[in-house]
Amino acid sequence: MKKIIVPLGPDHPLFEEPEFFILHCDGENVVDVEWQAGYNHRGIEKISETKHWDQVTFLVERICGICSNSHPVAYANAVENLLGIDIPERAKYIRTIISEMERLHSHLLWAGLAGHFLGYNTVFMWVWKYREPLLDMMEMLTGNRNNYSMIKIGGVRRDINDEQIKALRKTLDTLKTQNEMLTKVVLDDPVLQARLVNVGVLTKKDIKDYGAVGPVARASGVDIDVRRDNPYAAYSFIDWKVITRENGDVFDKAVVRLLECFESIKIIQQCLDRIENKKGEILNEVKEIPPGEGIGRHEALRGEVFHYVRSDGTSSPIRHKIRAPSYVNVPTFKKSCIGQTISDVAIILAGVDPCYCCTERVSVYDANTRKKKNVTWTEIVRKSQEKTKKLKKS
Amino acid sequence: MNIKTRALKKSLWVYHLSTGSCNNCDIEILDCLSPRFDIERFGMVLVGSPKHADVLLITGIVTKKNLERVKEVYHETPKPCFVVAVGTCACSGNMFRSGYNMAGPLKNVIPVDVFIPGCPPGPAAIISAVVKLLNKLK
Repeated sequence: MKKIIVPLGPDHPLFEEPEFFILHCDGENVVDVEWQAGYNHRGIEKISETKHWDQVTFLVERICGICSNSHPVAYANAVENLLGIDIPERAKYIRTIISEMERLHSHLLWAGLAGHFLGYNTVFMWVWKYREPLLDMMEMLTGNRNNYSMIKIGGVRRDINDEQIKALRKTLDTLKTQNEMLTKVVLDDPVLQARLVNVGVLTKKDIKDYGAVGPVARASGVDIDVRRDNPYAAYSFIDWKVITRENGDVFDKAVVRLLECFESIKIIQQCLDRIENKKGEILNEVKEIPPGEGIGRHEALRGEVFHYVRSDGTSSPIRHKIRAPSYVNVPTFKKSCIGQTISDVAIILAGVDPCYCCTERVSVYDANTRKKKNVTWTEIVRKSQEKTKKLKKS
Repeated sequence: MNIKTRALKKSLWVYHLSTGSCNNCDIEILDCLSPRFDIERFGMVLVGSPKHADVLLITGIVTKKNLERVKEVYHETPKPCFVVAVGTCACSGNMFRSGYNMAGPLKNVIPVDVFIPGCPPGPAAIISAVVKLLNKLK
């Protein structure tokens, strides 16, 4: 059997860290996947030990640009768990609003990129156009388009006033209609169905074996969500539901994400109802951190984020452990990619959640003849796009 | 002005390389392509290989594992080319400066023409920086 090795990476655009995938191919079919990591290792856990407790919130924000609210929330949960304190109710609602807005923007970003990988650049342009007003709202509420710096140990940094609530409601209403249109267009398209249904299937058992979390797990019928299972912030006061699907293919992952957008809008609207025309404390001042340890969890956009902190009573943590969702979601490629064609790999890798951070280069070489041929990531995407074109014609 | 720089300022092709960033700068670069900012009206296109590029947009601190790759990508880019350090991480190292895996700010590794500070710099800032670069060429 002639085996071809396709290295994808090291600077891979799909995750927060550049990673290196080596695809072993037999012709067009992928027979094995290897994974190497560490290209984006910045030593954040160690740097955290040299920073003040309050400074660490800014540091963990910069672990991932897309989850730049998830990590601070998980960290704040951990420190508050250590302290054994509760935060003011208004701060809980504000945390929830920002978390859900982040989920909206990330899921839309994902939908756009998935469209791009499949050769539907119109979807990419549409979705990114819809996403812009959301970022404007973020800038209005927090002062920055990304890296919001809203979370502080014991509460939030900024309050939301009634004028902002009005503007936010208006944006959400428009976004809802746009998202409805998008969901219908994307899900009813026969070509997209042909490309996505039964591609990269992960069964319930696979998810349990690999410990996958987030939308990836929910698309395979594993009903887990930290927001419901271990409520924090304001999730327990609000009426919403966890979206699950049964098939576990890329199509279901897309459905889960698109439907979660509606849930997020619902959650934000309810939170706005509760804080409108009211005033309240937003910060429970924390003077010092006693010795002890604490854990914090948060349902980030890709799954559960876990933070562990230990204090010895000084001004900085002596141990800070972070586990991000991609760490468990990435190895599922060993199951989902094997047996698929190279042109489908782009969308399967994207199915977990891409952060398109750089244009990729791939080199293909024949293991037998040692002939080396350079192929770019663009070329893999082009292959995927060509497949869609062919399907459209037939 | 020689023929190379004259040709260069017509339509800058951009290659984007992440050397240890958090993705924010990368999203903002991609946002420049979206309908609101539409960087293509200046003739700029994101390309998939440094061999086609006139401008390298580099984001993130340079980690030790990425050090050789950055040098290689710069080596592969046809000269004259421009190197733009996008974001505070690429400019100075941001809060990762004290980290053990930091191989030094970008300017110590390859020559940098433009620095865009900000965490992350907005698409407007990125576009304005590239326009300034174009004006400098004239």
